[in-house]
Amino acid sequence: MALPGMGRRSAAVARRNVAALKTAYWLVMIGGLLEPVLYLFSIGVGVGALIGEIPLPGGRVVGYAEFVAPAMLASSAMSGALSETTFNFFGKMKFMRLYDGMLATPVRPIEIALGELAWAMLRGSVYSAAFLVLMVAMDLTTPLRALAALPASILVGFAFGALGMTISTLIRGWQDFDMIGAGMFVLFLFSGTFIPATAYPDVLRWIVEVTPLYRSVDLIRGITLGSAGPVQVLDVVYLLVMLAGGLFVAGRRMERLLCR
Amino acid sequence: MNSLIHARGLIKRFGDFTAVDGIDVDVRPGEAFGFLGPNGAGKSSTMRMIGCVSPPSGGVLRILGMDPRRDGPAIRARLGVCPQLDNLDPELTVLENLVTYARFFGIPRRVARARAAELLDFVQLGERAGSRVEPLSGGMKRRLTIARAMVNEPDLVLLDEPTTGLDPQARHLVWERLFRLKQQGVTLVLTTHYMDEAEQLCDRLVVMDGGRIVAEGSPRELIGAHSTREVVELRFPTDDQGTYAGKLEGIGERVEVLPDRVLLYVADGDGALAEVHRRSLSPSSSLVRRSSLEDVFLRLTGRTLVD
Repeated sequence: MALPGMGRRSAAVARRNVAALKTAYWLVMIGGLLEPVLYLFSIGVGVGALIGEIPLPGGRVVGYAEFVAPAMLASSAMSGALSETTFNFFGKMKFMRLYDGMLATPVRPIEIALGELAWAMLRGSVYSAAFLVLMVAMDLTTPLRALAALPASILVGFAFGALGMTISTLIRGWQDFDMIGAGMFVLFLFSGTFIPATAYPDVLRWIVEVTPLYRSVDLIRGITLGSAGPVQVLDVVYLLVMLAGGLFVAGRRMERLLCR
Repeated sequence: MNSLIHARGLIKRFGDFTAVDGIDVDVRPGEAFGFLGPNGAGKSSTMRMIGCVSPPSGGVLRILGMDPRRDGPAIRARLGVCPQLDNLDPELTVLENLVTYARFFGIPRRVARARAAELLDFVQLGERAGSRVEPLSGGMKRRLTIARAMVNEPDLVLLDEPTTGLDPQARHLVWERLFRLKQQGVTLVLTTHYMDEAEQLCDRLVVMDGGRIVAEGSPRELIGAHSTREVVELRFPTDDQGTYAGKLEGIGERVEVLPDRVLLYVADGDGALAEVHRRSLSPSSSLVRRSSLEDVFLRLTGRTLVD
C-alpha cells in the first residue's frame, strides 16, 4: 500500500463530504462564516470604540479592532476545525456508522482521519480567506500580510482538527460535547484574544501562553500586524507538533475502536 | 490450496471472553457457504475476521491466499461486505451511496456511475436513484447495501444476517437477488440464524454454537445425519408439555420436549400421528413436517436457534 494509494483513498473520504453538501449542511457552513464577523463588529468595532487604541508589549500602539481581528480569525479556525472533527466526526463514527462501511473497503483508519481533516481544512480555509478579505477591506491589515496569514490560519485549523479527532475517539456520549464547548469557550475568552496576555498575573500568563489557541492567536496576530519574529517560528513548531501528535493518536485510537 | 477462505484453529478473544474458539473453515470458489447458529455463536466475529476489520487472536487465516494481518487493504479491495446493521450514508442519495463507495476502491467516477446504475437496476431500486436513504423501507435498504457490496465486482461477498429484521416478502426478494448472484458464480458467505435461509441459499454450511463448529455439510447431509425424515409437532393443553413425554415413548426415534410443544422425530409423520391418537392422547394441535436444520441444531446443541 504505497503513498499514492493512501492519498487517493484519503481524498475519496474527503470527497464524500462534498457530495453530502447538498443537504442542509451548507446552512451550518454559513453560520461558521458569520460567527467571527459578528464578534469582530460587536467587540472589535463596538467595544473598540470605547477602548480606542491599546499598547502592545513591544511598545507599539494599535487600534482595538486591529488587535482583536486576528484573534477572531484564529478562534474561528479553532472552532470550525473542532466542530467538524468532534461533533460531525463523532456522529459519522458512532451514529451513522459511516466509518464501519468505509473500513470494509481498502480505506484504513488513518486515511479516514486524513480525509476528514483535509475536508475540515478545506472548509476552514474558505472561512479564513473570507475573513481576511474583510480585514483588508476594513484596513485592519495589508493584502500581503493577509496572504501570509491564510496558510497560518489553515495550520491552526489543521492542528485543532487533529486534536479534535483525538478527542472524538475518547468521547463516551453526546453529553461530553458540553465539556468540549465549555473548553473552547474558556480558550476563546482567555487566549490573549481580547486583552494582551501580559495583562494577567505572571502564573496565569504562563498557563495562558502554553495553550494552543494562545499560540495560534500569537502567530496570526504577529503576521497581520507585521510584527512576526522568532516567537512566531515557535508557534508554527508548536502547531506542527500538535498536528502530528493528534493525527497519530487519532489513527491509533480509531483502529482500536473500529477494528476490534 | 484453492480455498478463498482457509481457516485453521481460528480464534477471536475479547479480553477474557472467547467469541470464536478454534474453528476450521474452507470456502471454495463459486459456492454459497453459511454459518448457521444462534445469536452469540461467534458468527459475526468470524465474519469480521474474514472481512479483515478484526484481527484474529490466534490460528491461521488466509483470505484469497493472503494474510489479513499484512494484506488487509489488498484483500478488502476484492471483498464485498453487507454488514448486519445497515451503515448506508443518510446524507447521500441512493445513487451517490454507490458512487461514493466505489471511490473508496479507487474506481474511476465514470465507471462507478455506470456500474451503480446497473446495480440499482439489479436490486430493483433504479427508480429510487435520486431518493435519500432515510425514506427507504428496511428491505430496500438491505438491497441497496447488497448492491453497494457488489460495486467493486468482488471475488467474495460476505453477508452478515442478510434478512434479519425484514418482513417475509422483503426477505424473499433479497433471497431471490442473492440466488441470482449465486447463479452468476459469485461466491457467497453468509451468517444466519434462520434455518430456512440457510436451506434456501447455502450449498454447504457449518453449524456454530458457543464459538465452535458442531457440524458441517450440505443442508441435506446435515438433516440426513442428525435428524429423521419427518417431524410431528404436538401441542398439549397443559403448562408442562413434559408430562406427555413418557406416553409418547416408542412412537418415533426420539422425543424432544420444548416449553410450548413436543417434537416427535419419525420416519413417517402421518403414521406416527395416527399412533398418537390410537394411544388416545389428544393434542390441541398437531403438525407433520419435514425435518429442517432447526431440528439438526436442536439435536446437536439441545437448544432452539431463535430464542
